[in-house]
Amino acid sequence: MKDISKSFPGVKALDSVDFKLRKGEIHALMGENGAGKSTLIKIITGVYEKDAGLITLQGEPIHFKTPQEAQDKGIGTVYQEIMLCSNLTVAENMFIGRSHGPVVNWKQMNEKAEQLLASLGIPASPMQELSSCSLAVQQMIAIARAVDMDCKILILDEPTSSLDEDEVHKLFELMRELKDRGVGIIFITHFLEQVYEISDRTTVLRNGKLVGEYETASLPQIELISKMLGNVLEDITKLKKHEPVVTDTSVPVFEGIGLSSVAGVRPFNFAIQKGEVNGFAGLLGSGRSESARAIFTADKVTGGEVKMKGKRVKIKTPLHAIKQGIGYLPEDRKGDGIIADLSVRDNIILTLQVLKGFFKPFSLKQAEEFADDYIEKLNIKTPTANTPIRSLSGGNQQKVILARWLLTHPEYLILDEPTRGIDVGTKVEIQKLVIQLANEGMSVTFISSEIGEMIRTCSRLIVMKDREIVGELRGTDLTENDVMNVIAKGGRNA
Amino acid sequence: MSTMKKSFSHLFLPLSVMALLIIINLVKGADYFRITMVNGALYGNIPNILFGASELVILSIGMTLVTASSRGQDISIGESATITSAIFVQYVLQASEVTPLTIVVAFLLSCVGGLVLGAFNGTLVSIFKVQPMVASLILFTGGRSIAFMIDGKLSPILANDISNKIGTVIPGIPIQTPIILTVVFIVLIAVVFKTTNLRLYVETVGINPNAARLNGINPKKIIFLTFLIMGFCSAVAGFIAVNKAGRHDSVNLLKLIMMDAILAVAIGGNSLGGGKFSITGSIIGAYTIEMLNRTLLRLEIEPAMIKVFKAIFIIILMVVASPVARAYFTKVLDKVRSSNKRKESIPKDAHIPTTNIAVKKEE
Repeated sequence: MKDISKSFPGVKALDSVDFKLRKGEIHALMGENGAGKSTLIKIITGVYEKDAGLITLQGEPIHFKTPQEAQDKGIGTVYQEIMLCSNLTVAENMFIGRSHGPVVNWKQMNEKAEQLLASLGIPASPMQELSSCSLAVQQMIAIARAVDMDCKILILDEPTSSLDEDEVHKLFELMRELKDRGVGIIFITHFLEQVYEISDRTTVLRNGKLVGEYETASLPQIELISKMLGNVLEDITKLKKHEPVVTDTSVPVFEGIGLSSVAGVRPFNFAIQKGEVNGFAGLLGSGRSESARAIFTADKVTGGEVKMKGKRVKIKTPLHAIKQGIGYLPEDRKGDGIIADLSVRDNIILTLQVLKGFFKPFSLKQAEEFADDYIEKLNIKTPTANTPIRSLSGGNQQKVILARWLLTHPEYLILDEPTRGIDVGTKVEIQKLVIQLANEGMSVTFISSEIGEMIRTCSRLIVMKDREIVGELRGTDLTENDVMNVIAKGGRNA
Repeated sequence: MSTMKKSFSHLFLPLSVMALLIIINLVKGADYFRITMVNGALYGNIPNILFGASELVILSIGMTLVTASSRGQDISIGESATITSAIFVQYVLQASEVTPLTIVVAFLLSCVGGLVLGAFNGTLVSIFKVQPMVASLILFTGGRSIAFMIDGKLSPILANDISNKIGTVIPGIPIQTPIILTVVFIVLIAVVFKTTNLRLYVETVGINPNAARLNGINPKKIIFLTFLIMGFCSAVAGFIAVNKAGRHDSVNLLKLIMMDAILAVAIGGNSLGGGKFSITGSIIGAYTIEMLNRTLLRLEIEPAMIKVFKAIFIIILMVVASPVARAYFTKVLDKVRSSNKRKESIPKDAHIPTTNIAVKKEE
């Protein structure tokens, strides 16, 4: 009945991707960050226009120019963040922007809302203020809003990320109810267990390309993971395997005991030795970044204690962490890393300058020396040190942030996705640099969504799943399969 | 070379506006730059502008910092200055004999008042995350009543010799005192920028507060600090204004000056959305506004109509300086440049080091 197929050739986020959604099925759309999931969704919902390809809805070719058009055709979307007005009533939220003409028939609206809520089994009353409902119910109301009208396709983008288990089950019941009515549901999540629990089919995207469409039940978890991550066959020449030069294993450089943070990582223990490179492996949302952020107190830490070289220290803010000799290259380069409008020079000296103090500015000459030094050392391609960092390429921006931290000579450096979104050449440079730094005695945590990269650089992998540590791998002959096995087998539901 | 060009480009707008105003004035009468000596002090169009813009210049410096760090504006600066100058006047009036020490103590007291007011706004904005305009709306609304309560009566007169000298001229010095005070203030700010990391911190916080925090800067502290500086600026501006006027008019002192201060920041090429800033631009912007006011007067436009002309002028200015227009101009400029300098640009590109996979050795 319903076949959406589309392809677009091109350099952009999606490269000739086909996608089929049948009537009355729940279809999981899987892929790591940057795989093209959201681009695909945005094209279906009319946020973006496709470059090429064909979309058909029930056999008819369609072409949406605005999200409103998509909605009118019966495509409803619910995003991760609940986009409702919490101070309005349930009924108002369901029908806001839907009324025709300036007059609102309140009575009719409330009646219609009541019917819809009852038919979907949502435990809420139309007159209730939205903020008084639980998150799950709010999510359901958002779905009710989307499926009102003659909804044919429902897109759920990470609907479960802020829900607890009970709430997830309630949401799943609603999804099954809609499925029985013949609604086709596209379900995006990074919780693998949920994919297996609810979805009929799974489509995997990677780097903007279609990997394949599978019956979920007949696709083993391990295969799903390997399809999402890909066997990263880069033209990276065999990097010389890092041999840990751990000279003194008695006292770890950094040790965290029972660390947890507001970002929702379960309390974990972690220690790293001098000169060691370790990695946090896991899928997106597994807690790999959240753990790194907890170590650096980038997120507010809610519990646990920290020892540096065996001594208990208090780290409450990133500044404390920096003073203790910890560096942190954030995952989100744009949002947390670069100071876009400032020069490469200012971006490089920033952290060292903060360490030195507010009343002790570096002279321009000194700052230029630092900047020129690292521009040369890291081979940063920039017209001048005075160029705003925003006009550099992603890889060079990343090197500037690296330079910023290297300039502070940290004892322990955390690199969260230092290689994401940058060219292969720079990726190799960064990996080599990590190994070189470790050989000089720095401890490094290297996080990457490309497991192959971590295997090449790390001597120890800490494997995470669903926001907790599920295993640890050591040795020089690890393969991606070993890592995937641990991910697939680990966790509470396995 | 490119550094020079870069630091000059953001001053293009205020300077060109100023140039335009000067041309208009010269057309109106060639004696625009004439300066005369009256009672041993210099007077004329230019000294009058410098004199008249004193408070605005000082306030727009503070406004620039607040805007850069908090990405919003303080609209209570006129009211803050009225309160601090009320403190100043009260201390001076209760003194049996007004000595220079009295004035200094009174000024310092008013500065403390300014810091308190700045801390009030700063706390609301940095800790309670209230929008700067909303936070300062409180003092904007209530400030003049507070000043009136401090005064106790309508418009106390500041009739002492020292105040008169501060407001006009000191015998023997040919330049009017407010101009000198403004210069001293600008020098003070320049020294602060030279000896601290204020610029780096404020810009970092204004551009990317998340990254600022992860690099050890506390955005709350920096935003609070800029509001403190704003409070100090208000106190200095209030001090100059009340000595100029010779009396403390709680109702009209520096009324609606925040509009001009915000405008000065904008004319100075600064984004009202925070981030990178240019104090020099704001200072030139402030003088430009004063020049505009006086130009309109000089053109003998009916006083009732002046505001209309000012508004029209500002609309044109803002459209010309808008990102849309700027992007257009840059495009046109680039086209012209690239067709002219194609040959030059090739060796420039060649300077950029070619890809080299090997990482340089580190010490």
